[in-house]
Amino acid sequence: MTKTIYLDTSATTPLDKSVFNEMEPYFSEEYGNAGSMHNKGLIAAQALNRSRDRVSRILNCFPKEIIFTGSGTESINMALKGVAEKYKDKGKHIISTTIEHHAVLDTLDFLKEQGFEITLVEVEPNGIVDPNKIKEAIRKDTILVSVMYANNEIGTIQPIKEISKITEEKGILLHTDACQAGNSESLDVESLGVDLLSLNGSKIYGPKGIGCLYRKSSVSLSPLIHGGGQEFGLRSGTENIPAIVGFAKALEMSQKNKEDYTTRLSQLRDYLIEKLLEIPDSFLNGDKEKRVPNNVNITFLNAEGESILLMLTEEGICASTGSACTSKSLDPSHVILALGRPYEVAHGSMRFTLSKDTTKEDLEKVIALMPSIIKKLRGMSPVILSLNEVKNV
Amino acid sequence: MYDIESKQGGWFYSQTVKDHFFEPKNFVKTQEEAKEIAQASDGVGIEGSPACGDVMKMWIKVKDNKIADCKWQTFGCASAIAATSMFSVMVTESGGLLIDEALKIKPQNIVDRLDGLPARKFHCSVLADKAFREAVNDYYKKTNQFDKIDETKIKVVDKILNITDKDIEEAALHGVKTLDELQKRTKIGAQDKNCLPEAEELLRYYNEKHFSGK
Repeated sequence: MTKTIYLDTSATTPLDKSVFNEMEPYFSEEYGNAGSMHNKGLIAAQALNRSRDRVSRILNCFPKEIIFTGSGTESINMALKGVAEKYKDKGKHIISTTIEHHAVLDTLDFLKEQGFEITLVEVEPNGIVDPNKIKEAIRKDTILVSVMYANNEIGTIQPIKEISKITEEKGILLHTDACQAGNSESLDVESLGVDLLSLNGSKIYGPKGIGCLYRKSSVSLSPLIHGGGQEFGLRSGTENIPAIVGFAKALEMSQKNKEDYTTRLSQLRDYLIEKLLEIPDSFLNGDKEKRVPNNVNITFLNAEGESILLMLTEEGICASTGSACTSKSLDPSHVILALGRPYEVAHGSMRFTLSKDTTKEDLEKVIALMPSIIKKLRGMSPVILSLNEVKNV
Repeated sequence: MYDIESKQGGWFYSQTVKDHFFEPKNFVKTQEEAKEIAQASDGVGIEGSPACGDVMKMWIKVKDNKIADCKWQTFGCASAIAATSMFSVMVTESGGLLIDEALKIKPQNIVDRLDGLPARKFHCSVLADKAFREAVNDYYKKTNQFDKIDETKIKVVDKILNITDKDIEEAALHGVKTLDELQKRTKIGAQDKNCLPEAEELLRYYNEKHFSGK
């Protein structure tokens, strides 16, 4: 059996052992409902409060500004729909970007059906949004701007601080989807200047099925899930204590280690980029500098992503692709298309996202395999596009 | 339709698809080889578009009205490669099929021989029969057998996913009545919404053609 080399951490990360250890007592021993009056309930409530405190210290906010949810997607839904519902009398215009995750884009589509007007600002060819273009898109009836912190496909880091200066000045709320930013970027909401920020556990070596939404205390939200009134009445349902404990621990760990993580992984990332770009007719998608330290996204022309992916899988390497062939909707990556590149570029794009445990030896194996895979697929391809034909259309 | 997906609940290929993907039969290994084969072939056909993500090119050699050889190149996903490989095996096995027999092979026959394909892969990746028909027409043209050229033009409606009027007719015959059902079945318009009005019109036409007055 070949050793698995997991280079798909933007899909999900493994659960860190020390995170699991902190969670473990809350499954079968301390199983209480945080809403109960007895001892078991009290222990659960203490764990809940402690976790909320821990998260709030990292985000530099008040504990009551942290709402635990079931995922990053849920946090995003709560932020966008919650604001839209509460502020619709003020205005019905929302601004976002073309490279957001589907959790944002599809929620905005839903809001559009409800009568909201959505402007998606296009990003620059390097995959970064120009804050001035956000500014230009603002109207009198704009109530919310939502821009992701780090992109999940091409890893580009968006200028949230610059954008928050604009939204603050105009008195418009700003949400950021920070799901891919937790391992390397600062999550200090004060310094970022955001009103809402979404996170999830499964991208930061924490458990799946847990996320959180930071909501500035001055921001009103309407609840997404009604019921017993948990999470300040915004997210009813018995609190998932083991996951909440695990989320707090995972967030603490990833934020504590973010400098070391960045130093080590950005070196490995740049090494992988450099070596893979030695393959002819290949290029990097997304800015070379302003990208999270674990993201490599490269297009290999005239080779199709799903085929590359399966050949890597056969060798024990897990990666992902922007090719339409692997998506349920048969849509190629909207992010690669948003860079102004044609369909062909999305079909041949491969994403390798390094983990905190990735070694140089792991990458050497990828580097050794890729040229022969690409050569084989290009040899059998009737399509022979050149770089000039597709790069800047 | 035999749909692997619904049986296994995931994104899986059959062992036969994997075999033909990792060890394709009759494929052209390099661009140099492609040039040599082009020189020696009796007919060539190409189908698909790079934007769609699947393109097939096929060369045939004909002897005594039989397919003596069938070589191909494919740009595309595993199912596209496997489907073309399987088709090339089907037309050349046991001494080669007669041209007319080979032309009767339908996408469904290829999929059956592959032990199934995920439903959403069906339309965009099984193009081998269409590339082959072109290659045969090319052969007839080159050998001055103009009366044999099949001019039945198949109209491609969704140019990105390669969904044709024949696919829409087939859907209608399977009881598809609304555009919504058609989109669920074929993914038509998933990338190019502009083709939807024409698709809807064709669906109505085929439903009237086959079912009106019954």
